[in-house]
Amino acid sequence: MTVLPSSTEKKLGLVIDLDTCVGCQACATSCKEWNTGGYSAPLSDADPYGSDPDGVWLNRIHGYEVVSDATSRTVHFPRSCMHCEEPACVTVCPTGASYKRAEDGIVLVNPDTCIGCKLCSWACPYGAREYDPHHGVMKKCTLCVDRIYNQTLDEEDRVPACVRACPTGARHFGDLGDPTSEVSKLVAERDGYGLMPETGYKPVNQYLPPRPRRDASTVPVSAALSSADDNDQDIADRFFRWADKMLSR
Amino acid sequence: MHPAYSVIIFTTLSGMGYGLLFWLAAAGLSGSIAMDGVFGSIAFGAALLMITLGLLSSTLHLGRPERAWRAFSQWRTSWLSREGVAAVVTYIPAMLLAVGWGVFEDVSGIYAVAAGLTMLGAGVTVWCTGMIYACLTTVKAWHHPLVAPIYCILALLTGAVVLNGLITFWFNVEKNIIWLGLAVICVAWLMKAVYWEQIDSAPHTHTAGDATGLARFGQVRVLEEPHTQANFVMREMGYQIARKHAEKLRLLATIGLFVIPALCLLALLVATPGFAVVLGFISVFSASLGVLVERWLFFAEAQHIVMLYYGAQSN
Repeated sequence: MTVLPSSTEKKLGLVIDLDTCVGCQACATSCKEWNTGGYSAPLSDADPYGSDPDGVWLNRIHGYEVVSDATSRTVHFPRSCMHCEEPACVTVCPTGASYKRAEDGIVLVNPDTCIGCKLCSWACPYGAREYDPHHGVMKKCTLCVDRIYNQTLDEEDRVPACVRACPTGARHFGDLGDPTSEVSKLVAERDGYGLMPETGYKPVNQYLPPRPRRDASTVPVSAALSSADDNDQDIADRFFRWADKMLSR
Repeated sequence: MHPAYSVIIFTTLSGMGYGLLFWLAAAGLSGSIAMDGVFGSIAFGAALLMITLGLLSSTLHLGRPERAWRAFSQWRTSWLSREGVAAVVTYIPAMLLAVGWGVFEDVSGIYAVAAGLTMLGAGVTVWCTGMIYACLTTVKAWHHPLVAPIYCILALLTGAVVLNGLITFWFNVEKNIIWLGLAVICVAWLMKAVYWEQIDSAPHTHTAGDATGLARFGQVRVLEEPHTQANFVMREMGYQIARKHAEKLRLLATIGLFVIPALCLLALLVATPGFAVVLGFISVFSASLGVLVERWLFFAEAQHIVMLYYGAQSN
């Protein structure tokens, strides 16, 4: 049913830390690995080992250079479904294959009723939906709906595969509708933001901005290093300098 | 946006069919065309054939065409679903009217009601087709108040040209319908010119910095793409036509869709019966080609905001 629920009990989603993401692609590959055998399997590939490989991925990791004044920094930027509160990808669907769950806010595609018209991919500002030409239906992030409630998995594995795989802890999973949840607190503390709010889709996933740089361009060089003048140093500093000089002979 | 041929054929061919259906119903109600069973059968047959072929063509780009019937279910939110429902519902009064005109040579009573409903159904269906695109906020060139009206006026234009072409075979010319066609061409030309002018003047200032929310930290440029080969998103949403090619094609669309049909209709006012048939044929051929180019450009010139993540600049 493409009519959106008026509200959802939970707003499950991801919080992605752009400060600690190192762009290793572990989240992308673990997503592919889990979901090619998961809810809407397979995630087909064409010519995977050839010269022109092509395939469906639910998570794509961009690399950007952010240039300010003379300095620049690299920001790795994972992009996947935001499980929006106002997902137009759902409302444009003519068959009802796309839907938003009232219980947890997850946006899913039913692979048994999707006709593969691709209109949902046009409606998504985030490029989160990819067409699978071999299966003839649309694929998207399921927030690992087949992991997070899976009682047969160990408790620490009941998170999306991308979150479980991240070696730097840059991906967090939780209820963003609950202001007391760990992810909500993280967003509040780090000034997290949703992408392209002007589109009105109200993305649930949030991004934590890179922290201010800590290098010569932003942090004053410490006083100890800057003052070479012995007169400024107390007796202990002069003793250790003398000891260092003696021992270095 | 990638211009899918099946969608271009669908929107132009069914648009022409609904336009013809609309004008036939209007002509039947107003008595502008003499009641002739053979003319009625062929004209309605042509309209319904164009509509049916167009609708069938629209299923060609589906991944699962055998499930197309499911598309009638979500009319409460989806313009694509509404379009499907409206298209099927319109067949009922249209076929009733076709029987009235083609078999009984009568457009009064129940057939007059059918004519009114046919006009309404044709209009609603084409409006829904336009809204499939106009409702997408992700494509600025489509999310424009003139998009759905232009779909309607171009359906009326191509339908009027075909009706005039058909009339040249039976009744030589019907001056009222020629003047009607000319008026529709003028309005359509104006609307399309305004639309092109407005999408051209919209500033293309959005960048990857806006899409990623990183603009406040500096200028954002693409350092590394997520994948070595183009993916579905880039192929579907990243189609981009060169500016100079677009200008030539706009000129071609203008000549084919507006200039040549207008000249042909004007010439029809003074043409001999034999020459009228030739003019009718030329105008239909030219308008068909023109609307195909116009519709191809509608897709090829439209930019999708997701391409900002891949370094495109957009409005």
